[in-house]
Amino acid sequence: MTIQDSFKTALNGLKTNKSRSALTILGIVIGITAIILMMSIGQGAENLILDEIGGLGAETVVVRPGREPSGPSDFGETLFADSLKERDVEALSRKSNVPHLVRIMPALIVPGAVSYEGETYRPTILGASVDFFSDTFDAYVEKGVAYNDADIKQNASVAVIGSKVAEELFGFSDAVGENINIKGRKFRVVGVFQERGQVAFFNIDDLVLVPYTTAQLYLLGIDYYHEIITKVDDPANVARTVRDIELTLREVHNITNPDDDDFFVVTQEGIVKQVQTIIGALTIFLSSVVAIALVVGGIGVMNIMLVSVTERTREIGLRKAIGATDKDIISQFLFEAVTLTALGGIIGIILGATFSMIASIVLTRVYDLNWAFTFPVSAAALGLGVSALVGLVFGIYPARQAAKKSPIEALRYE
Amino acid sequence: MEDDVMIEVKNLEKTYYNEDVETPALRGVSFNIKKGEFVAIMGPSGSGKSTLLHVLGFLDRHTKGIYKLDGKSMDDYTKDEIARLRNEKMGFIFQQFNLLPRTTVLDNVMLPLLYSNVSKFDRKKIVLEAIESVGLSHRIYHESSQLSGGEKQRVAIARALVNNPEIIFADEPTGNLDSKSGQAIMEIIEDLNEKKGHTIILITHETYTAEYSQRIIRFLDGVIESDEKVNRRHRAHDGFRK
Ligand SMILES: Nc1ncnc2c1ncn2[C@@H]1O[C@H](COP(=O)(O)OP(=O)(O)OP(=O)(O)O)[C@@H](O)[C@H]1O
Ligand SMILES: [Mg+2]
Repeated sequence: MTIQDSFKTALNGLKTNKSRSALTILGIVIGITAIILMMSIGQGAENLILDEIGGLGAETVVVRPGREPSGPSDFGETLFADSLKERDVEALSRKSNVPHLVRIMPALIVPGAVSYEGETYRPTILGASVDFFSDTFDAYVEKGVAYNDADIKQNASVAVIGSKVAEELFGFSDAVGENINIKGRKFRVVGVFQERGQVAFFNIDDLVLVPYTTAQLYLLGIDYYHEIITKVDDPANVARTVRDIELTLREVHNITNPDDDDFFVVTQEGIVKQVQTIIGALTIFLSSVVAIALVVGGIGVMNIMLVSVTERTREIGLRKAIGATDKDIISQFLFEAVTLTALGGIIGIILGATFSMIASIVLTRVYDLNWAFTFPVSAAALGLGVSALVGLVFGIYPARQAAKKSPIEALRYE
Repeated sequence: MEDDVMIEVKNLEKTYYNEDVETPALRGVSFNIKKGEFVAIMGPSGSGKSTLLHVLGFLDRHTKGIYKLDGKSMDDYTKDEIARLRNEKMGFIFQQFNLLPRTTVLDNVMLPLLYSNVSKFDRKKIVLEAIESVGLSHRIYHESSQLSGGEKQRVAIARALVNNPEIIFADEPTGNLDSKSGQAIMEIIEDLNEKKGHTIILITHETYTAEYSQRIIRFLDGVIESDEKVNRRHRAHDGFRK
């Protein structure tokens, strides 16, 4: 019997039992739909996250206090760690220590709200330098001016605010020159950022920047920084600079064993790797769940194929009686199983792609995310391959059971 | 031994074992059938006729004795050789038709060709000829379940003929037919025997039908009661009576 004939015979067999065939592949359809959906959304999420991290800039290097977090519970620790102080900024600023560093800015996060004449709003309040934001994140002051190094040195109570903050507090009237209240202290608004949206970890429009010295002294009452953000002259020098920063800070902190580090250095490349690791781990976890689903689906296929083989015992007997070899019978039933599961795979791919497209539309329209739908070609190929393989693996046993039957016994079966 | 002996059976026994029950169906049967012979097998119900035909047609195995086809013992044929024999050399007309359900007449008759090396382009023509020879050209696309008993019988015959086999095993092929269709079938079988020299082994209850053959073997309780030449054979053109 030719392959083509086997295939046609198998198709006929499936067609004569349409509803049973449909039920059989349900498990496979669901499994493959899940694979495609997962891969597509995983890819979309990765792209989205990497896109945001990309805004950090390859030249940006961030130093954070405390131990490098290896799990979610460690993040709290870094917020309260107090190891980064002014002397560290001074040491890092020295060209002899870190030759390729061109900019350096301590930063603090101030929890709390801002208010103006009874209007209250909760933006992200940072103790930072405006110049660094302009230089590193392309966030420029549109109205008014930026506060400068002198203001920082003098712990001036001045602020530059994002466009959204200005709108929330002042509506259409001019914000520059007005006094806003942060944690019971008056700050004069000297400038407003131009609309810029999300850059790196910050939504510029939703920011309130005050001099980091002022934030330390009057708003938080601490003598350390939450992080030190630096800029390297060239992306090619990032790795070297990370080493220089580490060596410098170890010297300042009297650390000899790197395991005792009370700070850690974050680069864009490092974050990208971390994100990829997390998404990769997530994908592996979800894949194993889906794999179990597919095995269950496969067992479903095997079960139905066995029923089908029993039900069609007389057909098998007849086919053998008129000259079908064991191989013919095996390939007929294997073809049926593989055709069935591959069909389930194709339906699953279509469903999965449709669902993830709907998801991407919802995410862009409703949640305003910059989410691009990607059709995971490799996942589709994988899904099709896996589903066909499931058919092959779980079809072989029923097919062999079918071929083993003696023709006359099979014909006499009732 | 003569050269043209095709089927050689010696002390053939067949016992069915079902759990604790043993049913001896053939209890020591010996005969030879020559190439081109037309043999009728008769005997009361349960005497072992179908059992013998199944063993001869390689559909079942005997439990004792010798069965040689073309001088070669049944045990010496490989599985694939047996499949080929069933496909090309033997045509089987079953007592219970054994058509594929939910399948058209055309596809039912086509079935043996799928397992042979007849080219795809010749298949349909051959099938249509076989269907025409049993007078069912007007039922080609009917499903087998939509046919009457006699029509089913004729589909089964067309299927047995379609590969032009050397031996035809027919288990009561005219049992369900009226005299007119019965005659048509017997004409076909006679033709195959006379013109093409095919060997025919036919089971029947009807003495009249048996007398189309050259020789009648009568069974009783699993043994041969008599094995005689037919002196006055009927011919298809004599007409068919019941
Ligand atoms: N699979 C089986 N298992 C057990 N006994 C069987 C089996 N098939 C047939 N027999 C028994 O073997 C004997 C011969 O059966 P067989 O079918 O050969 O009879 P037959 O001569 O063809 O009868 P009929 O004219 O009714 O078709 C019977 O007694 C029957 O009950
Ligand atoms: Mg019988």
